[in-house]
Formats: sequence, C-alpha cells, structure tokens
Amino acid sequence: MTVELTLNGRPVRAQVEADDSLYTLLRALGVRSVKCGCETSSCGLCTVHLDGQPVLSCSVPAPRCAGRAVTTLEGLQSEARLLGECLADEGAEQCGFCASGLIMNALALARENPSATDEEIDAYLAGNLCRCSGYVGQRRAIRRYLSRIASGEGRA
Amino acid sequence: MASFSEYVFPETIEEAYALNQKRSSVIVAGNMWLRMCGLRKKTAIDLSRLGLDGITEEGDAFTLGAMATLRDLETHPALAREYGGAFGEALSPIVGTQFRRTATVGGSVYSRFGFSDVSALLLALDARVLLHARGETPLRDYQREPWDRDVVLGVRIPKGRRAAARSVRLCSTDLPLLVCAASLGPDGLRLALGARPGRAMIVAEGLPADADEAAFAAIARDVPLGGNRRASEDYRRRVAPVLMARAAAAVRGEERA
Repeated sequence: MTVELTLNGRPVRAQVEADDSLYTLLRALGVRSVKCGCETSSCGLCTVHLDGQPVLSCSVPAPRCAGRAVTTLEGLQSEARLLGECLADEGAEQCGFCASGLIMNALALARENPSATDEEIDAYLAGNLCRCSGYVGQRRAIRRYLSRIASGEGRA
Repeated sequence: MASFSEYVFPETIEEAYALNQKRSSVIVAGNMWLRMCGLRKKTAIDLSRLGLDGITEEGDAFTLGAMATLRDLETHPALAREYGGAFGEALSPIVGTQFRRTATVGGSVYSRFGFSDVSALLLALDARVLLHARGETPLRDYQREPWDRDVVLGVRIPKGRRAAARSVRLCSTDLPLLVCAASLGPDGLRLALGARPGRAMIVAEGLPADADEAAFAAIARDVPLGGNRRASEDYRRRVAPVLMARAAAAVRGEERA
C-alpha cells in the first residue's frame, strides 16, 4: 500500500507492507539516525516524533502514519545542537549508541516541561536505556540544557 | 513478529466488528505486544480513525476510549483530581513515556495480560467494559472470559472513589512481580491484585476503611497466586499483604510514596 506523510517537513510518498513498522519505513527512506535496539518496545533507541510526540517507531504501524508528520533527529539538527554540546560538556556520551533516541526524547521533554526537576527528568527518560549506564551524566547534561534554553539559548 | 497481508482502516465501528468476525482478522490497538506474538493474520484492523481516543467526563462517570493511550490517562487532570493521582501512580512505572504514549486502554483491557498494571487499577475502580455487540459488562466478569471477537469501544469508571496502586518490580520500568490497587468509597475498601501472575482480580471488597495488617494477611493466605520465572508463589504470598497495606494506607491518605 502507498502512504503519504510528512518527514522532517517534506512530503514523502512510499510503498509499505501491511505489517511494516514506522521504523522499517524510515530506514527504507534512508533515515539513518533511527536505530532498532530491542524490538520489544523497551529500549527507546528508535524514538521519533509523530505529530510532535515521542513514540517508539518500532511499534507504530507504518500504515497508521499516513497523513501525519514524522520528525527524526535529521529534522531537528538545529534544536539538537545545544543538547549535543551539553552531553559532551557533561561527559554523558560513552558509546553513543543510545544517543539518537535519548536526544529525541529529551527534546520532547524540553518542549513539554522546560522546568523539569531531576525526578521529572528521570521519569520522562526512564524508557531510554543506556547500555553504558550513563544515566547520571545524561541527567546532568539535560539539566544543563534546560538551564541554557531557559536563559534564551539554543532555540532555532 | 506478527504478520499481516492487508491493513484496513474501517470507517465505522460496524465495519470493524464485521471484519473482526473472521478468524483471519485481528484488531491492532497500540501494537506494543501484538507485534511480538508471532501472529499470522490476513487482515489487520486499525481502530485509530474511529474517534475512540477520547476521555470524557459525564455525570457520575468517566469514559475512557479504547484508543486513549496510557499516557493520556496518566496526564489527564480530571482523572488525577477524581482518583487522587492513582492513574499516574499505577501507569508511570510501565516501561517509558514513549511506550505509554502508544499503548492503549483497549489493548490492555482486551488482552487481559496477567502482568497488567492497568487492569488491576480499573478493577479496583469497578470499571465496566463497553463492547460493540454485547454492550456494557463488568470488567470483573470480562477478566474471567476467553478472548472473543467483539470490539472493545472503551471503559467506563464510576466517580466517587479514591484509589491508589502499589507494585513490586525487580527494576524500574520492568514488568511487575505483583500489583495491588486499592480504592475507597462509601462501601468500604476494595483491593485488586495483578501479576499474580494470572489475570488481575478483585481479592477483597467492603473491607472497613481501617482494615489492618491482620486482615490483609488473612486475604493473602487464600488468594490464588502462582509462581513463574519472575517470582515464586511463596514470594508473592509474602509480598501481597505488604502491598495491600501500602495501597490501603495510600488510599486513606496516610502515605503517598
């Protein structure tokens, strides 16, 4: 079947199978930031924004995305730059495997709750597993990021 | 992985129901667990364009649409106000925010997962399941029934009860080893247990609001519990009265943790 959607602000038309996931579709479209870690809806690595909300692309049926807006890290480069700096400054990146999913969910957190407390950061990002267990550094980085956007930096 | 050869968006509930009468069809709700079950079906029926994603407050009840997500329940201000934050408490330990933004009320209720945090809380609130063909049926009965081919339209929960939920997990975001949801209303304290590991069930009703640990220990001795790879029956039997006491204390407003 054919689906038409908006991917990172651009209209896209693609052929999908009935049992394809959004993840499969995105990879077929050449989107390389989206990776699949667990395939059990547990790790958060495949997080993308669907109509502005973070979802697990491995679990969203591709046909359900017809007519909707999908945003991946490729589409949020300007917004993600400052968060990337904060991750680097806090040494929060180790192997980097989880980074794209983490960044997508952290950007959603910043939009939804820009004054999030540490407890709220932990709760919001609980579904983003880090195999290097770098959670403390990630929390510091996100706290730094929220603080910097509160002072007017980083919004593209 | 589940496999389908066609994916259909019915335009009406009647059409969805008719399609679902075929054994070769399956309804796709949140698709969180369905896709992992290895099911092979001809037709996937998607309910996402039928307007079943609302949460409405009417008179003395809330109606939760089948396609409302767990995140919708968790963050809904009126639900939080009415039930003392129980939905946030019960649902926030489930995997992560992205997961809960896709997992649905209908998927949780229809599937009757043994590990469901959702079912335990809805049972404690005496929810009723809204089915297309059969109409309204108590969740406590529905929980005991085999899977059928009716279409879950939503769930209705009465107002007038405070609720709380407690669970034990090996680690944050994991499936629960045991769940206890409590609610307190004019007819006393009601307790539901989930992850027994069988389907969630109501284990006590009409208890006095100040029921004590001896009462919870007596309930836990007789309640049907079992063992699986996550926890033994003996472990669950020891933990059950503790969770009951904590959930009861929380619903009485003595403890929120």
